[in-house]
Amino acid sequence: MGTFLARALLQRLLLLVVISVVAHAVIHLAPGEPSAVDPMNPRMKAEDVARIREAFHLNEPLYLQYLYWMRDLLSGELTSFKDGQPVLPKIWERFLNSVPIFLVAVLIEWCLAFPAGIGAAVRRGSVFDRATSFSSYALISFPSFFLAYVVIIWVVVTFDVPVIGMQTFGMEDAAPWYRAMDRVWHLAIPSLLAALGGIAVYSRYVRSQMLDVLAQDYVRTARSKGLAEDDVVYRHALRNALLPFVTMFGLMIPGLVGGSVIVEQIFAWPGLGRLVYDAVLARDFPVILTVNFIGAVLTLAGTLISDVLYAVVDPRIRVQ
Amino acid sequence: MATALRAPDAPLDPSPAGEAWRAFRRNRAALGALAVLVALVAAALLGKLLTEWWPVFDPAVVRLPDKLLPPLAAARPDRIPAADLPAFGLYLLGTDELGRDVFARMLQGSFVSLSIGLLAVGISVAIGVAVGGLAGYYRSWVDTLLMRLTDVMLCFPTFFLILTVVALLPPSIYNIMLVIGVTSWMGTARFVRAEFLSLREQDFVVAAQALGLPERRIIFRHMMPNAVAPVLVSATIGVAGAILTESALSFLGFGVQPPFATWGNILADGRSYLFDAPWLFFVPGFAIFVVVLAFNLVGEGLREAWNPRLRGRR
Repeated sequence: MGTFLARALLQRLLLLVVISVVAHAVIHLAPGEPSAVDPMNPRMKAEDVARIREAFHLNEPLYLQYLYWMRDLLSGELTSFKDGQPVLPKIWERFLNSVPIFLVAVLIEWCLAFPAGIGAAVRRGSVFDRATSFSSYALISFPSFFLAYVVIIWVVVTFDVPVIGMQTFGMEDAAPWYRAMDRVWHLAIPSLLAALGGIAVYSRYVRSQMLDVLAQDYVRTARSKGLAEDDVVYRHALRNALLPFVTMFGLMIPGLVGGSVIVEQIFAWPGLGRLVYDAVLARDFPVILTVNFIGAVLTLAGTLISDVLYAVVDPRIRVQ
Repeated sequence: MATALRAPDAPLDPSPAGEAWRAFRRNRAALGALAVLVALVAAALLGKLLTEWWPVFDPAVVRLPDKLLPPLAAARPDRIPAADLPAFGLYLLGTDELGRDVFARMLQGSFVSLSIGLLAVGISVAIGVAVGGLAGYYRSWVDTLLMRLTDVMLCFPTFFLILTVVALLPPSIYNIMLVIGVTSWMGTARFVRAEFLSLREQDFVVAAQALGLPERRIIFRHMMPNAVAPVLVSATIGVAGAILTESALSFLGFGVQPPFATWGNILADGRSYLFDAPWLFFVPGFAIFVVVLAFNLVGEGLREAWNPRLRGRR
């Protein structure tokens, strides 16, 4: 186990270096520099552009720029091109805003996907099975922002609550109860929309896992012993069908960074997705690259965690 | 009809394709979805012809007196020049804020949206099959190199990558197709590699190698046909994803730029008129929904039909 971990860590570290080099090269070699964001501005003279390029090391060779970026990132002194603010605190602040949406979305996904998937598998071919299967395809077939607009209008008209942003402006003096409810409403709708795709995918996956397990011999044995159907399904079958999902949480972690641009943009939620969107518009290379880097770290950590968890929960998997 | 004409003791078509088709036909949702897709392809081709060659379907005609008319509204010949009248003097799906015929724009957009979906997935499948095939057939350092490359690509948050590259590149239909294709081949590559690794060990491949057939022939004529059917199935679902990605990019303002109409940018522009002219929003929205759903259902139907293990599942 120790050597396995060491080797996995080393491999991932190497991969991370390669990823950062590739990402850096892609961003810097693509046309469009920070100094060229506003080419029509008559106040930008050639010497201003030269000064900007000088200040951001854009006139240096690519490998030196990469080293500058790495040095600043690792020493924590990396600053944004756009406003000169340190990048890491900026990302951390936005990250904290993205976490609630992510967690609530995962919660909604699991609370809905598991009952739907299990029910569909147990009653295979029933109306319930066909209805959940069709609606999960329907859910992933809507353009997400189209659905978001329809849901926003419906919620605002029906429940008469404001949902855009993180909280209603001017509520700071209200009673704690009202403020809490306000935050919950503002959190609920974007989380639900972020969860829709996941609900569809996971309920299908739970269903197929359950079907696989229900066809196993030991389930037949359990039934022939005369156990109640509920015992067979929930004690014998479900436990084994759930194995892959223990590891899935690891694979979901990268969704923290990549998953929510559209939702955050629609709901004016100041999270990571919007940070990157604004950084892309402003060619703010340090922010784009650093978030990308963090995303890669999370992805690699996620796969490592899921490998380890899988080995822990499933004795059939032996780590070589 | 065909069943009635066949002699009662004639065997059913035993080929894998025949068997798959019979399994697919039993799945009524998938069959209906296939009909929708055929209709869509017809509409896209017809739309391309009509909007290019026939002035009454010109999607670019601006008729300011007739702006924001609801669906099925009649054009008013006393206010716009006779040459600009829409087909039958009727705006089937209404008009937008410049008085352009939404029906004509949707027709033009169906071709653009469909070709973005198909070409993006074509690029992704081509790269995926090439990378996976090479890695699986040659193994050793080729495999290591290509699979590490795949791992690197998998570590980028895909939508961010697309967003970044599309924002930095000059906006055009081709760049969007290219970027969606280049960022989505990894699953195919891993799948094809696994297939090739197991196919390589099978007797018919060993026999082909023993006969001294050129590698090209072994790869393309003997191994590829055995590995490619499931790839095409997942490609069907990939087209659905590409159409959705295009509309998401349009929403963020990085999509296909005017004057090209795609369903994505008609929808994205329509959201400013959500209350004044809801058809500008709901028509493209539901069109995208129906088409993406059809691609998903056909893909799932094909997956079950091609995979004998899944056939009894429904």
